[in-house]
Amino acid sequence: MDSGLSPQDKKDLDKFIKFFALKTVQVIVQARLGEKICTRSSSSPTGSDWFNLAIKDIPEVTHEAKKALAGQLPGIGRSMCVEISLKTSEGDSMELETWCLEMNEKCDKDIKVSYTVYNRLSVLLKSLLAITRVTPAYKLSRKQGHDYVILYRIYFGEVQLSGLGEGFQTVRAGVVGTPVGTVTLSCAYRTNLAFMSNRQFERSAPIMGIIVDHFVDPPGSGPRTANMGHPCNYRAPDDDDGGPYAGVQDSQEVCTTSFSTSPPSQLYASRLSYHPQAGAAELGHPIHSVCCKAAPLPPQGLHAGKEHGGVASNPAQPAHGADAHLAAENVANTPGENGGRRRDEQPSPSDPLESLNAFTRKIGAFVNKPNIQTAAGLDLPFAAFAPRGLDSEDSDPMVQPPDSPTCPSPLQASLHSQDSEGSGPQDDFVMVDFRPAFSKDDLLPMDLGTFYREFQNPPQLASLSLHISSQSMADDLDSLPEKLAVYEKNIDEFDAFVDMLQ
Amino acid sequence: MNCRSEVLEVTVEARQVEEAMLALLHTILLHRSSGKFHYKKEGTYSIGTVGTLDIDCDFIDFTFVRVSSEELDRVIRKAVSEFKDALSNSGSDGMGQISLEFYQKKKSRWPFSDECIPWEVWSIKVNVVNLANEQERQICREKVGEKLGEKVINVVEVINRHEYLPKMPTQSEVDNVFDTSLKDVQPYLYKITYQITDSLGTSVSTTMRRLIKDTLALFMQSVTSHMGRTGFPVCNFSKSKHLLFTLKFSSQKTVAPSLKNIRVDICLSAE
Repeated sequence: MDSGLSPQDKKDLDKFIKFFALKTVQVIVQARLGEKICTRSSSSPTGSDWFNLAIKDIPEVTHEAKKALAGQLPGIGRSMCVEISLKTSEGDSMELETWCLEMNEKCDKDIKVSYTVYNRLSVLLKSLLAITRVTPAYKLSRKQGHDYVILYRIYFGEVQLSGLGEGFQTVRAGVVGTPVGTVTLSCAYRTNLAFMSNRQFERSAPIMGIIVDHFVDPPGSGPRTANMGHPCNYRAPDDDDGGPYAGVQDSQEVCTTSFSTSPPSQLYASRLSYHPQAGAAELGHPIHSVCCKAAPLPPQGLHAGKEHGGVASNPAQPAHGADAHLAAENVANTPGENGGRRRDEQPSPSDPLESLNAFTRKIGAFVNKPNIQTAAGLDLPFAAFAPRGLDSEDSDPMVQPPDSPTCPSPLQASLHSQDSEGSGPQDDFVMVDFRPAFSKDDLLPMDLGTFYREFQNPPQLASLSLHISSQSMADDLDSLPEKLAVYEKNIDEFDAFVDMLQ
Repeated sequence: MNCRSEVLEVTVEARQVEEAMLALLHTILLHRSSGKFHYKKEGTYSIGTVGTLDIDCDFIDFTFVRVSSEELDRVIRKAVSEFKDALSNSGSDGMGQISLEFYQKKKSRWPFSDECIPWEVWSIKVNVVNLANEQERQICREKVGEKLGEKVINVVEVINRHEYLPKMPTQSEVDNVFDTSLKDVQPYLYKITYQITDSLGTSVSTTMRRLIKDTLALFMQSVTSHMGRTGFPVCNFSKSKHLLFTLKFSSQKTVAPSLKNIRVDICLSAE
């Protein structure tokens, strides 16, 4: 096969392929570190930037790659593979994707090694950069830290795709023909992230708080545990959920409405549950929503976007209320906790996100989301203990403006405008990060945190209480015909106004 | 050589237009940019290094990679924001198309200007929708993120077919192939154009403008070749000082009845 290739070319080609393999691994691993990558362009060549691309070399990664290659080069039947997997704080792990650098027999004899092959390899690396941000594992890796971490493993030889579950998809970054074979770079990624949902009924032993400094990462200890730098401090907090009242989408509810234990310990538990990893239990329960009448919710669309299961969404916005939501809510999921809360859930393992969105979008009274009735109902403290009948009509009367769509609209409009700036799952009320600034980070009665929590959820205004609002609704209904008559009378004015706007 | 043409279509909300276009244009330019060339004495050259940058979109669940060059980013952002403004001014059912064309310059004889011969054109068709509520917007964020991911995969696929690329130029020719105006990277010569389709489904003003421009360009080319063939000497041209041509064409579409028949008078003067 090498007959047409001069020794110099052969040497160059081998060198290119070797460094290409090393750079490929760097790109893949760096893309899964959970951080945004930024390198600078330099107009004067430095001589050490292979393929004219500024790709940093993380020494451990190079070391691992060289170890795996053991002096060989990817060849026919000998592929270099980088396996990306996810490991939860409980110790479960799941393969997410496998990147394969393969060589096949199709040779392109006429191609110029030092020039065309080099440039094409460079383009292929750029494609790899682009593609690594597109596969589902990228989003997962950006959110790693608390609940789970992303690990990589490099191996050489036969490609093993069995760990990816059923229905995995493949995407190809590209091919480059060389005189000794065609280099192919592709990725097989898992689409079925369902393993998480099986754990919903388990609670593992509490994990004592461990802080792993992200600058110290043990080099690969064992084939599957080569750690990648954690981008943030990782703390697996206590999993003691005692009797948090649950049903709480809102962690404040945990402390304000719990009855079981004494306040400080309750707070302790609940506070920990804010660190969205309320450890183990959480992972086990990807957002099986307690309250959502989720079925009618938009969901399938959400499903498409993030069928990566609860894990992805759990640490969604670190230090945002959304996390607190999840933490508390998942905490609530532990069975036997409060049967009351589970009344009409429909665990939908395939749509964990839908419930997430149900929660994070649940807010106060004025948003026109009639589907989230139960969620809205839970706004009322102790609502779970209210008679059932009340709950069902509890869907905030303001949420169902009967005929006059204009009624809640000013509020809706203002809420919408708040929403529109946000990104990601939003909450219309300000969610407080429960690590209040300037407060000491200890677990005993913390004044600032307590204060925030207690006053975060003030009692309902009297005017919004059920009796009065239903009365006012009746009044509204009565006055409707009159209002309509007035509007009709002035219809010309309105038309003129509209014309003026156009 | 034929010009390769690729079309990508996306459906987005108004506020996502900018980021979606940036994501796709930058992805394409990432692959079509190289480091700065430094020519050395013996006709060889060395190539600078291209850095990359991850950009998270605010209105779309998507992250894309772009070349680490602020100048290039500025240029692209400017073009995209013009496109976005044109799209939003056109009405709520905005449909538009932004095109990224890579071309080579071919020097022509005086007095005609250089020809720009495209060798790859990427057209991104945009369809803007309005969504009613926040839930739909949330879904849209994710869906558009996925769609963009698919488009990136398409782009990568096309580029990795390794079809025609202009030959690496010599030092004197480098400006005919590459855009050497930036100080840190060197993309292939490119231009970005756009057109807006109004709700009637036909493009009006920009198409007419392009029609005229393209016709003129064709005309110029044919005049060049004609003159070349008959060996029409330059000095004759200078004697006559002016050349007046009239172009007539008629529009088949009835959208702009006033533009049905057009007569274009072109006067070329030699100075």
